[in-house]
Amino acid sequence: MQVTLAHLKRGEKAIITDVSSINIPLKLLEMGCLPGNAVELVQVAPFSDPIYLNINGTHLAIRKETAIHIIIEITNE
Amino acid sequence: MSKQINVALIGNPNTGKTSVFNSLTGLNQKVGNYPGITVEKKEGICKLPRGVKAHIIDLPGTYSLNASSLDENVVIELLLNKNDKDFPDVAVVVSDVENLKRNLLLFTQIKDLEIPTILVINMSDRMKYKGISLDIPYLESELKTKIALISTRKNEGIDNLKDLIFNYKDLSISPCLNASDIDRNYFDNLRKAFPNQLLYKLWLVITQDVNFGKTDRNVIDAVADFKTKTKADLKRLQQKETVKRYQFINNTLKKGQTIDLSTAKDIRIKLDRILTHKIWGYAIFLVILLTIFQAIYDWSAIPMDFIDSSFASLSEWTKNSLPEGAFTSLLAEGIIPGLGGIVIFIPQIAFLFLFISVLEESGYMSRVVFLMDRGMRRFGLSGKSVVPLISGTACAIPAIMATRNIESWKERLITILVTPFTTCSARLPVYLIIISLVIPEGRFLGLGYQALTLMLLYLIGFGAALISAMILNKVLKIKSKSFFVVEMPNYKLPLIKNVALTVVEKTKSFVFGAGKIILAISIVLWFLASYGPGEEFNNAEEIVTEKFASENLSEEELQKKIASQKLEYSFIGITGRAIEPAIRPLGYDWKIGIAIVSSFAAREVFVGTLATIYSVGSEEEETIKNRMAGEVNPILGGPLFNFASGISLLLFYAFAMQCMSTLAIVKRETNSWKWPVLQLVLMSAFAYVVAFIAYQILI
Repeated sequence: MQVTLAHLKRGEKAIITDVSSINIPLKLLEMGCLPGNAVELVQVAPFSDPIYLNINGTHLAIRKETAIHIIIEITNE
Repeated sequence: MSKQINVALIGNPNTGKTSVFNSLTGLNQKVGNYPGITVEKKEGICKLPRGVKAHIIDLPGTYSLNASSLDENVVIELLLNKNDKDFPDVAVVVSDVENLKRNLLLFTQIKDLEIPTILVINMSDRMKYKGISLDIPYLESELKTKIALISTRKNEGIDNLKDLIFNYKDLSISPCLNASDIDRNYFDNLRKAFPNQLLYKLWLVITQDVNFGKTDRNVIDAVADFKTKTKADLKRLQQKETVKRYQFINNTLKKGQTIDLSTAKDIRIKLDRILTHKIWGYAIFLVILLTIFQAIYDWSAIPMDFIDSSFASLSEWTKNSLPEGAFTSLLAEGIIPGLGGIVIFIPQIAFLFLFISVLEESGYMSRVVFLMDRGMRRFGLSGKSVVPLISGTACAIPAIMATRNIESWKERLITILVTPFTTCSARLPVYLIIISLVIPEGRFLGLGYQALTLMLLYLIGFGAALISAMILNKVLKIKSKSFFVVEMPNYKLPLIKNVALTVVEKTKSFVFGAGKIILAISIVLWFLASYGPGEEFNNAEEIVTEKFASENLSEEELQKKIASQKLEYSFIGITGRAIEPAIRPLGYDWKIGIAIVSSFAAREVFVGTLATIYSVGSEEEETIKNRMAGEVNPILGGPLFNFASGISLLLFYAFAMQCMSTLAIVKRETNSWKWPVLQLVLMSAFAYVVAFIAYQILI
């Protein structure tokens, strides 16, 4: 199974390895959600959705339904 | 050099673009609308050296030139239309020193349009705090631009920026990215087809669904051939373009920027642990809301009492000092009380706008969006609907415009439809005066009963919005993909200057906007209340004197009877009594009926209308509130504004759709009469039923 952003736990860090550009708004790509960039899960809202991320220095929140289209590799620090 | 320099201020949201605008223009600014759409257009004049003036437009904040909302379209439409009178001679891209990497994406896009561009790096006061140092000469040469390092907070670097604007002709216009690097084959064909056009511009025209103004129509039609690629292919290319841009930016920043993480402090993460916490986050949000309502109630009481009594004295003074006649009585009984009915609410409305702009400026609003998204989705709304619902407490019009950044059409439509339920500032005058008449003054747990009632009305408004959203979510069959991306900006102490400007600007437009309607309506009402047809009105004095001849009334009582007889048989009295059967079951008399009917133009007219109706023919100086308290129920006796009729009125105003401007905005934003008509009919019918039930139970 592929590991996606939706699997990331609070405080964990990862590298984005692939994004499925069809399912992701261009705006998110432009805010730095691109392969190769580092991502950290800062906070999760109640019922673990949406999630609050730090992608490459940009802090933003997205929903789980978007997060499942972003493939990552978890780097333990 | 008599010509003005056209300057466009462009930048990501949360970069302090508006602060830069305020620093450049001071009070020389005006806010209007772009023709045909309701996007706010802010422009101002800035004085440069040697008597040259710059005309500055503050364009809506955008993350890129790939527009995804109406507001963002404004930016790209202007930049692609050389014939627009506002087409910039120079673009000023405002960036935030902490998010330089992301901010530069937009900068490179604008550079590629070959418009002279200045890069402003704002918030330079935070560099030391964040451990950031910049090699400005290196960045200037790599980005082929001039950089102004400024701090609007400390008021540093603004003069340097003015000099750069003055010397804009020295700026290089060479692009940052070669468009054909994205896909050689595709762009070579494009170049062959349009040898005289800028490739990046063509690419934008192909990938956007925007209206580029009449002049570029022919270009649009011609590029249709190049839409042969599927949407997915185009999007892949856009992704590739974005990657390329970031490569360029990363390479540039690698040498031009150093960040020493050991000295960097991040207050955001620490604060967000608490402010977006599962429990504390909501608790803090609730406390903030409670504080706001208590403040609106308590803090504004003193200036309001002062305004109320001042207008009463002014009216009295006018009556005594001007010669008697129709004009004097129009002034003293129509216009002055009518205007008093709106001026009195300035303190509260100013407070409301103050709190909302502080919440937005500080960055806290995004956290609320984050906390509320999941819950709001249950009602078919988005976390972003929270912003319209909260700013709807000021006015539904900007609130409905604020729905534009909701990505899903269904979520957006539902938000637009339910926002008018939130308690806007125009309801406030009605609530406040009725509450002060029918709710006792005691306190419960330190909060006044009256403040609690007001809070309850706000909750009822939100509740109605949520429940109707849930119903609409079930009923509306619209399929639309929902995307949700919200930036969580760093916390900032709001700039007093920005907040003050917002409060003054919004309060002014509220008072003047509403003032015009109220003035017109009070003149009409005064006329209708002062004249009437037939014997009963014109011979009122004789009829009344005759009728009460046996009762031996004092002169004063007799005058009162005459005045009320006249009012009853005036044009307004006749109209009012005609509609009375419809509103009697709600506990209202015909005077309230007139006030309700006239407040379908705008709710705040209610108080002004009653003030005008009650003051016609009355001799003594009185405040609006005392006049209302003195009204007697003609059938049941006792005060007209009692607990039952008061609650019924409050509920009626909570639910009824009484605002023509909101209906007009809804029509514009949804592009159909269907939705505003639906709102008007359903909301008002619901209001009638609820008010009816409440009165019948409480009486």
